[in-house]
Amino acid sequence: MMSITKAFVLSLSGLAFATLAHAQSADHSGAIKARQAHMTLYGTNLGVLGAMAQGNMPYDAEAATAAAESLVALAGIDERFYWPEGSASGMAEGTRAMEAIWADPEGFSAAQEALLVAATAMAATAGTGVEGIQAGMQAMGGACGACHQNYRVRQ
Amino acid sequence: MPLSWNGVMVLRLAIVVVLALAGGGWFLTRPVPLPADALDGLIGDAANGAVIFAASGCASCHTAAGAETEGLPVLAGGRSFASDYGTFMAPNISSDPEAGIGGWTDLELASAIQRGVSPEGAHYYPAFPYTAYAKAAPQDIVDLIAYLRTLPADASPSLPHDLDLPFRFRASLGGWKLLFASTDWVVPDPVSPEVERGRYLVEALGHCAECHTPRNALGGLQRDLWMAGAPAASGPGRVPNITTGGLSWSVEEVAEYLKSGFTPEFDTAGGEMVEVIKNTRQLSDADRLAIASYLAALPPLGPDS
Repeated sequence: MMSITKAFVLSLSGLAFATLAHAQSADHSGAIKARQAHMTLYGTNLGVLGAMAQGNMPYDAEAATAAAESLVALAGIDERFYWPEGSASGMAEGTRAMEAIWADPEGFSAAQEALLVAATAMAATAGTGVEGIQAGMQAMGGACGACHQNYRVRQ
Repeated sequence: MPLSWNGVMVLRLAIVVVLALAGGGWFLTRPVPLPADALDGLIGDAANGAVIFAASGCASCHTAAGAETEGLPVLAGGRSFASDYGTFMAPNISSDPEAGIGGWTDLELASAIQRGVSPEGAHYYPAFPYTAYAKAAPQDIVDLIAYLRTLPADASPSLPHDLDLPFRFRASLGGWKLLFASTDWVVPDPVSPEVERGRYLVEALGHCAECHTPRNALGGLQRDLWMAGAPAASGPGRVPNITTGGLSWSVEEVAEYLKSGFTPEFDTAGGEMVEVIKNTRQLSDADRLAIASYLAALPPLGPDS
């Protein structure tokens, strides 16, 4: 007769196997939706600042500062739950996240850090006038573009 | 039955060879530099040359990422480009007299840029977009050369291309040029001076079509599908259709994208286009609007063209 210990170990390893199998076929759609929603929030706030920078919306110091501070908050969010292993393009549906995100985690976090620096600078100048936004938009564009150049798959 | 990858390659080679022979052999496919008097009377203006340099995207291929000295690009080459034919290595075109172009005459440089012919009289591979630059005004080329001579020297030797066997023979490129190198404008009758300026910036200098237009089995651009989008030269995904059949942005929105990199939704450019925008942001607002107006005037091609 199987000892209790042996049965316990077997059932544990069975559980481990089931967990592993679950992880391999995990549904990452929630994380993918979260990071894409996060990107949309960048777009919404950049849209306010960009419209002012391009002269499509009258300058409003308070609105500009609010949008810029939202960008700082967004760039500062801990994104660890957005990027589970196996949620790259080619592994999961509906994402353009490049495998390089996981292969080069230092480079990816440096790119995120550069975005936070650019957003913080924007928040400092957005309330000072249209020129303050224009300079900030160029830095934001550089930070967004640098990440999209290296970590996002073509359409 | 679809051909295997190797099958396609062998077929391409066979067609090139047959056409080279049928086209009159060596004579028609020999490298032809510019005539000796092509640059007579022209004096280079390096300030305008800097604009031509940006508009032509030279730095995007010929500098390693971020290679600058005192804000000036170091054209030491070294960037690699994977393709169906193997990997091309951008050469050193810095002003170094040995490793770069410092020892070349203006005419040798102009022949390289506009005819795809080296000072030694060999064909260049069309990864170097001389088929576009062939349409440039001689004055602009002389200005560009004057600017290139002001840029820093770098002694790093050029690295050889790493091509698949059938493509290592440069002689067959003469047949390729005979078939696909054309100085005819794709848009023959621009509707306004602005579109005409845009045509010059896009077709002659910016060489946008090199990525945005699909190629035939021999690597020639399909001019009937001009800017209709194409598979990426390497890696997954597609380069987008930028005719009005694929892109719904206004002229102003396209011009803004070329300046800041932001799309109308405040997404940004990605991939190789990030490098392109580092060039187009140096152009004037008028030139960016001209590019956008030219694209808006192209025949709209649908996604299934």
